[in-house]
Amino acid sequence: MPEPLLALDHVNRTFTVKGQTIKAVDDINLDIQAGEVLCLVGESGCGKTTTGKMIAGLLPTSSGRILYRGKDIASIADKDRKAYRLGVQMVHQDPYASLNPIQTIYQTLAAPLQHHRFTRGESETKRRVRELLEIVDLTPPDDFLEKYPHQLSGGQRQRVSVARALTVLPEFIVADEAVSMVDVSIRISLLKMFTRLKDEMGVGVLLITHDLALAKYFAWEGRIGVMYLGRIMEIGQAREVVDHPQHPYTQVLLSAIPEADPDAARAKKRIELRSTDMPSLLQIPTGCTFHPRCPVFAGEVCEKVVPPLKKGDWGSDVACHLVQAHES
Amino acid sequence: MPEPVLSVRDLSIAYQARRGKVQAVRSISFDVERGEAVALIGESGSGKTTVGLGLMHLLPATAKVLEGNVLYRRHSNGLAGREIEVLSLKGDNLRQFRWHECAMVFQSALNALNPVLRISEHFADTAKAHGYLSGYRQTTALKERSLQLLSMVRLDPERVWRSFPHELSGGMRQRVLIALALLLEPQLLILDEPTTALDILTQRSIMDVLKELRQKLGFAMLFISHDLALAAELADRVATVYAGAIIEIGDVRTIFRKPYHPYTIGLINAVPTLTSDKSTLISVPGSPPDLIQLPTGCKFHPRCPLADDRCRREEPPLTEVVSGHKTACWHWSKAREVLKVYRA
Repeated sequence: MPEPLLALDHVNRTFTVKGQTIKAVDDINLDIQAGEVLCLVGESGCGKTTTGKMIAGLLPTSSGRILYRGKDIASIADKDRKAYRLGVQMVHQDPYASLNPIQTIYQTLAAPLQHHRFTRGESETKRRVRELLEIVDLTPPDDFLEKYPHQLSGGQRQRVSVARALTVLPEFIVADEAVSMVDVSIRISLLKMFTRLKDEMGVGVLLITHDLALAKYFAWEGRIGVMYLGRIMEIGQAREVVDHPQHPYTQVLLSAIPEADPDAARAKKRIELRSTDMPSLLQIPTGCTFHPRCPVFAGEVCEKVVPPLKKGDWGSDVACHLVQAHES
Repeated sequence: MPEPVLSVRDLSIAYQARRGKVQAVRSISFDVERGEAVALIGESGSGKTTVGLGLMHLLPATAKVLEGNVLYRRHSNGLAGREIEVLSLKGDNLRQFRWHECAMVFQSALNALNPVLRISEHFADTAKAHGYLSGYRQTTALKERSLQLLSMVRLDPERVWRSFPHELSGGMRQRVLIALALLLEPQLLILDEPTTALDILTQRSIMDVLKELRQKLGFAMLFISHDLALAAELADRVATVYAGAIIEIGDVRTIFRKPYHPYTIGLINAVPTLTSDKSTLISVPGSPPDLIQLPTGCKFHPRCPLADDRCRREEPPLTEVVSGHKTACWHWSKAREVLKVYRA
């Protein structure tokens, strides 16, 4: 195994809200290879966005380390820090909020190019900006150069955000719900664009989403990690996780997903939860955090012992006492 | 065939904007039968929410109903009763129509409740405003009815009754709104994006609650949503809305299995499902039209792979192509041959 591009080593993150401590991310270990596609899936409050922000260096960890090419990003030397900062870029969820409304698309894209000396002089910058717009399918590029964000649709703005991330030739992009604000009919074309970036430019992507069907589609050749209350419950090859879910939480999620198919939707077998409502982040359950809702709850061991993430039957890593008991 | 609960005919609504007139709803017609669930699906800016607001007389001041009429029929004991011309209602009659006859669950559950009132006060307020259970009977009977509704939406009634909105999660608030909407036993419930912005497991419980309530109470539902999956699960009939007009309407199975309109086909092919194969997902090219400067002819033609000269010139009318199924496309008969429906 080559050295991973990014490695999370016992990463924790807590927040203090009104004097109370909230554990947003709890002991995550994860290796991401260069050019890899990974989807983190989970409900709101599961820590997926916090994890993404820590990987992109927008949020420090509370404890644990994040390594970029083997170097801890918290104490990285200045020269390497710049490589990391450029190498890992973030595309935010809301394309209406993440672009500066008083800068034209050209200004938005030219600034990082010139600041980091990727291009010299006006004409070279303009040529590169045109190229970038073509990469993200905003064609013909000259129609967009002098436009302001408010003149573009949500999908077009999100493409500009991606083009901006690409200005500095990143190796990895963290995309936080990057398609959820975009209309259904154009979501797939955005995802296809990310896939093309990976295939043609070797750019890895971490897509954070709440939609498992979308994650399966996007991470077809990559991995899906399912998070719940700050922990990874199951992680493995995308199609394995969706077609052969091992963790009860993954199974519940999959059975709950509404399907855009009237017959499949009506025939689908639902798994009943022991409790519908998500526990408060202020009082995270002991042991396995899913135990108060788990349909196969097995008593004391689930209440008291945190299940470690281990290989399950189908090659995915699973954090569940029952899956492991079954295996051994 | 009994008379429908709601008949919308040629409804057109426009907003006045600085750039010009926004044609949000263009000559929309549809019926909602008694106890039936109809879904209006469309992307953002398709005008679907404006239809819902128009039905409830809740349009903002910049909007104007240009033409059309909306007929509501009160049924009692299985017989079609009084007919109400909704768009001309005023004052007390309008108040009577809202909530007694037709209630609405709004898009953002997080903002629809008053943050300084307890849930109990929301129920009391609603009852008072609409003259339900007035006087001394109100306190006990109203509480009894409200608690019953709260438990029907799977909430812990005693706890929720005393809570303020901020003490409840998004999904719980959404369920409170549904209970509140049903307080006066309306015949028709309008739900605008009832599950958007909720987590999957919460969405699931809202959908289950709605199915169960509809079975028990027999009201009709009009959903407004961009979520095809929601429509597939809950609706009996589905209407696809594009650029302010219904471009296809029919039975839920026909819409999903044998759609005739290229836009409906495109939408269905663009939504990933758990079982779909990667290669079968195709997005609709282009982006939704500007409602101020609509394209000529068929409004979908700039994005349609089947578009020809006629499509650019003339807008196709919504016509019945098979029994009970209408579509607005010049090429409906060959659309499915050319554009495969991968879900079928």
